[in-house]
This record gives sequence, structure tokens and C-alpha cells, in this order.
Amino acid sequence: MNVTRGFTGRPRVHNPGLPPGQYDAGDDWPVLSAEVTPDLSPADWTFRVDGLVEQSRTWDWDEAHELPSSAYEGDIHCVTSWSKFGVRFAGVSLDAFLAEARPLASATHAVAYAHTGYTTNLPLADLTGGRAWIVWEYDGEPLPAEHGGPARLLVPHLYFWKSAKWVAGLTLLDHDEPGFWEQNGYHARGNPWEEQRYAGD
Amino acid sequence: MTETFVPATRFAVPGRIAVSNRSAALWQTATLTEIRRETPYASTFRFAVPDWQGHLPGQHLMLRLTAQDGYTAQRHYSIASPPEDTGHIELTLDHVEGGEVSGWFHTEAAPGDEVEVRGPLSGFFAWPGDRPALLIGAGSGVVPLMSMVRHHRARGLSVPLRLLVSARGPEELIYAREFGAETTTVFTRSAPAGVPVGRMTAAHVAALLAEQPDDGWEAYVCGSNAFAEHASRLLLTAGQPVDRIRIERFG
Repeated sequence: MNVTRGFTGRPRVHNPGLPPGQYDAGDDWPVLSAEVTPDLSPADWTFRVDGLVEQSRTWDWDEAHELPSSAYEGDIHCVTSWSKFGVRFAGVSLDAFLAEARPLASATHAVAYAHTGYTTNLPLADLTGGRAWIVWEYDGEPLPAEHGGPARLLVPHLYFWKSAKWVAGLTLLDHDEPGFWEQNGYHARGNPWEEQRYAGD
Repeated sequence: MTETFVPATRFAVPGRIAVSNRSAALWQTATLTEIRRETPYASTFRFAVPDWQGHLPGQHLMLRLTAQDGYTAQRHYSIASPPEDTGHIELTLDHVEGGEVSGWFHTEAAPGDEVEVRGPLSGFFAWPGDRPALLIGAGSGVVPLMSMVRHHRARGLSVPLRLLVSARGPEELIYAREFGAETTTVFTRSAPAGVPVGRMTAAHVAALLAEQPDDGWEAYVCGSNAFAEHASRLLLTAGQPVDRIRIERFG
């Protein structure tokens, strides 16, 4: 252990919800997108599921809203070290979209892509079983554009770069294919509890 | 493999810099050798990192402080120094109110102190000195852009480079003494006599777009989220292609 002379740090708070190396950002919600925030209206938003599925399908705003609504209330964790507690998102479980597209048995991974062109890769198992959503509401209000509105992917058990803003679709694959940050040195899976920040962690 | 992913939309934000992951996974000791005050709120911290593998201008690193009881705090910081400064890195840090890490730097740190760093990280915001660069920053957002300016000078590069930098006033302009003909300054709160005060405008950006080289600019925007939103909209309005705007937001 390399102790830093004179460094004491913040008062220690026992917070079992805080993954290693993270701090509680409190009310802050930093915006860290690498691209220009798009001017995307709900009328222009679509979400597609294709690749290794029985039935490729695209939903527009109204069609997506006809699926059963589902909410997430819990925590989110950004690779830049902040975590945010007790956030409330609402939208539709990704399971509901996948149930209509019906993934083939050979599908093991997915690339999520955004209307901006941003991409991120995930194991399919991280997107199913009630652990991932398409969300359009934050704290009871429409999701702000700079946070990915009109709609973003939400995969709260992984670092937040996996939760693609302005999500446009999901392509299912039989292999892992690095997305935008993953090609730029970030970890393929990004589990905050194992501190998988960068490739090699 | 049965299928390869083809983006359904234009890939607006391509990463084009191959990043070595060997150094990113490894914590190294960085020894503080010098502290230079830049403004009343920001200082530059110079470190010796003997095994530093080098970086590209615009990249950042992760820095970690450890307390006696093993508690650690880590933050991402942009690198201010150019890659030519072998075996050394410089960080310019604002004194954030209540900042756990920046607070230590601004009140405790002294030459000889050791911290840990890992990096360089991320290739997206890197500029290897190949294409014409239009750099737009505000406040400490100028830090990674200064690494690019310094690299440009150290190598004597002929590729065009322009810096448009915004600060609240002259006394808060980081690196003020180092700027040359490549730099245009904008002051938002106070300015010397005869210099206008106000936000960065379409006119500032239009003037730089008007002198763009034949192949256009690669634009690099760095600052707070509010500034990044403002500057990127000015760039789009002035005709800069959206897929040639890279943004680093300080969160």
C-alpha cells in the first residue's frame, strides 16, 4: 500500500451499495458523452432489434410505449468514479422487446447502437432477465436530451457507458464485438463490483 | 462467426487511435517535483514518472491517493504536458470547493510527495498531430488542448492548429503567458480595457471556420457540460460536420 502523505479523504461512510473505487455523487449527475447531443424528437426516435433473432423488428415511439411499462429504482455507477443512488427511471423492460424478436439460440452477445452512431457491446445475459430497460423517463419527467433522451438503454448493474444514450437498436451476435469505448481501451464487460474499468482489469 | 455488426447509423464518433492497454492496467508511482501557480484557482503539478510509456496529446490518466487506513480516492485528469516531455507528466488542477483529491493537491501536496497514476487512457480525444485541429476550451477545459498546442510547437508541425479559449477574466486564464498567434481568447466576466466581455459567439467560431484548410478541421471541445453544449452547437451552426467534433466534458 502506497500511503499518500497528509491525505485523509472524506469521512468514512459504510455504504454497501458503493462499488470499489467509487464515490457518492449526491445530487450531481455529470454528463460525459463524447459526441454532440443530437436534436432528436420522440417522433424521430425508433428502436430496432435485429441480427440473430427470429424476427427483426423496429418500434417507433408509440409502438414502444404500447409495451408493458417497467421501472428501475436503484443505483448507477460511472467508470469515471461517481455513483448515484436512488435514481428512478421508467420505460419498458428489454425482455419485452426481445420476446417479440425472439433471439436465436446462437445469440450470445449484442451491440447496442445509438442514433448518433455510438456503440457499446454487451453479453446477451446482461440484457435479459429483468436487468435492462429502454427508458424515457427520469424521476417522473421526460429524460433530458443530454442524458440520452428521448430514450436510452439502461443496464444499471454495469458501468454506465454501457447504457447507450439515444439508443437506436440492438444487433444480436454470436460473438463479442467491441463498441466505441471498448475500442478505446475500456473493459469488454464493465462490472463495477469487479472494478472492470479498462481492458486488462 | 455468422454475422458482423454493421452500424445502422453513421458512426459519428469514430475512435481512430490505437490504444495500448498494457500501461493502462498498471498503477505507477508518480513523484511530485514542482508546483506552479497558474491562476488564483488553478495550479500545475509536475511529476516524475520514470516508466511512463508516453501518451498522445489529449489523453487522460487516472490518479489515486491512499490514506493511512487504506481508503483510496481516484479521479480522471487530462494530461497537460506534451509527449515530448519524456519521463514526466504535468496536470493542471482547479481547486474544487470541497474537492477530496484537488483539495489535497492545493493544500497539502509538496515536492517529493508520491501519488499513483495509471494510463494513458482513452484514444478518442487524442490528437496525434496529423490533421488540422480546431481546439475550443473553457476554464480548465484548456488543459488537454494545451498538450496539443505544446506538441505542435515542440515538433514544429506545419499542420494548421487554432485555439479558441474562454475564461472568466484575464487573471483566470490558464497558460495565459504561453499563448501565441494560434490563440483567440474570450472573456466572459471581465476583460482589459477595450476588450469586449461576453460569451463565446457564432462570430468567434465562424471566423475560424472561414480559415479552415481544404480538408476541414478536426474540432476538439473541452470544458463543462454547459460549455460543451454551447460550443458544439456553435460549431454545427457554423457548418462543422457533426462527425468531426470530439467532446470531453468535465463531470
